Amino acid sequence: MSPVLSVQNLNKIYKGGKQALSDINLDVAKGEILALLGPNGAGKTTLISIICGIVNASNGKVLVGGFDNVKQFRQARSLIGLVPQELTTDAFETPWANLNFSRGLFGLPADPAKVEQVLRDLSLWDKKDNRIMTLSGGMKRRLLIAKALVHEPQILFLDEPTAGVDVALRQDMWQMVARLREQGVTVVLTTHYIEEAEAIADRVGVISGGKLLLVEDKDTLMANMGQKQLQVDLKTPLTLLPESLSALGFSLEKEGQQLLLRYGGKGEQIEVGAMLSAIHQAGVEVADIHTAQSSLEEIFIELLQETV
Amino acid sequence: MNWRAILAIYKFEMARTKRTISQSIISPVLSTCLYFVVFGGAIGSRIEQVDGVSYGAFIVPGLIMLSIMTQSLSNASFGIYFPRFSGTIYEMLSAPVSFWEATVGYVGAAATKSMMIGLIILATAGFFVPLEIAHPLWMITFLVLTSITFSLFGFLIGIWADNFEKLQLIPLLVVTPLVFLGGAFYSIEMLPEAWQTVSLFNPVVYLISGFRWSFYQISDVGVGVSLLMVMVFMAICLGLISFVFKTGYRLKH
Repeated sequence: MSPVLSVQNLNKIYKGGKQALSDINLDVAKGEILALLGPNGAGKTTLISIICGIVNASNGKVLVGGFDNVKQFRQARSLIGLVPQELTTDAFETPWANLNFSRGLFGLPADPAKVEQVLRDLSLWDKKDNRIMTLSGGMKRRLLIAKALVHEPQILFLDEPTAGVDVALRQDMWQMVARLREQGVTVVLTTHYIEEAEAIADRVGVISGGKLLLVEDKDTLMANMGQKQLQVDLKTPLTLLPESLSALGFSLEKEGQQLLLRYGGKGEQIEVGAMLSAIHQAGVEVADIHTAQSSLEEIFIELLQETV
Repeated sequence: MNWRAILAIYKFEMARTKRTISQSIISPVLSTCLYFVVFGGAIGSRIEQVDGVSYGAFIVPGLIMLSIMTQSLSNASFGIYFPRFSGTIYEMLSAPVSFWEATVGYVGAAATKSMMIGLIILATAGFFVPLEIAHPLWMITFLVLTSITFSLFGFLIGIWADNFEKLQLIPLLVVTPLVFLGGAFYSIEMLPEAWQTVSLFNPVVYLISGFRWSFYQISDVGVGVSLLMVMVFMAICLGLISFVFKTGYRLKH
């Protein structure tokens, strides 16, 4: 299936010479959720802004639903909804008027039922006639999402959607993204919260210094790069690691009170039961066992360090 | 053509006018009354007539033009500058709207508002002096063309300005002097000959002269020349806007 979004050899050099994006290539499949991870200033917002038509690319190409986003900007942009990072709203307008304005901009006829449904979905219905400047920060954030959804886009771009929002709203947004996915909407979000990517993304792209370091299926990424640990607490501390356990990759930690096995990189699996039998056969008595897995955050930091 | 987008922008801008309706209407009515008291009553009583027209009546077209030009500039420049300043312009830039469609929406709304104000001033003037309009169609033509042209000019200022000070700079330092020296309150024939020649380099002279001709059939320059000058000025503004859109100047990085 052809990708719903295709970014090809995209470069952006700002006036003054700063290279914000360097040879970005990215395909996004219909219905997937892609998280673009990267530190501040990595180029995430520039990439989204070029795709959506707010910033001009220096060179390269963007196809949205197969339409060139410059030459066929009408077709391309009508498929896109954008939620910007900053809370930029028309302070003196009401949510009701503002959503109708957004539909109009996208060339759609008035549809009060649709506007009502979007306002209700985002818990803004009872505020529909209030001036936007009287809304809380969280409500303004929801309003921006409502504006992006009211023209029923096929691809939704969320630029740092949960920056500065409370835990409850963050959970709400994650649920909303899940609902959108059920409806077949493709979601591209930028974030520097790794747990966000871990919680909702299908694929993860890592951007740093304007370069897309990798784009990979989240689970594959974690399986390939995530380290697991088997920690075995001992009843009696050991002074020397039995050779049979050393051969299996165990090391002795915590002044002999713990056996530690690191595994799992590049998809490596172990038989925990077999490991425990080996420990038993070596005559070592076990008090407790734990396993731990490295988070996407650790993988991310590792990736960035590798690049540096 | 995305007509619905044009209409959405137009309605959005007109809603802004509606929100400030008292200031939009009361302020021009009040300033017109003040001009009549000062120029029509106090000073005008000593001037009596210009080219056979009472001074009070003579200044009506000039006053309307003064308001139309300043209002068009401020409406259109603010209309596009504010979304740039607040960041809400992202939505228009990412919507399937061409720059020309956006221009029609913004400029159309700004021109509508200033035409409304022009007509309100005309009605207010009717309380002070008997009004006669010799060529109503030409009067409307000049009113519409001047409103659109200065709204285009204001739109350009709103795109060029990168702070509130610059937004005021051209209207205050360039346009207001040109309008005051453009024969709003006098016939340029009343000036010494050298200054009459200098005045002919002021584009506003042609606009006011043509507009005044549509009222009283008296003019400083031929009405055809006036019409041509409005068109030339409009063409220059359209050319500059076209450049802005081609390059994305100040709108897209």
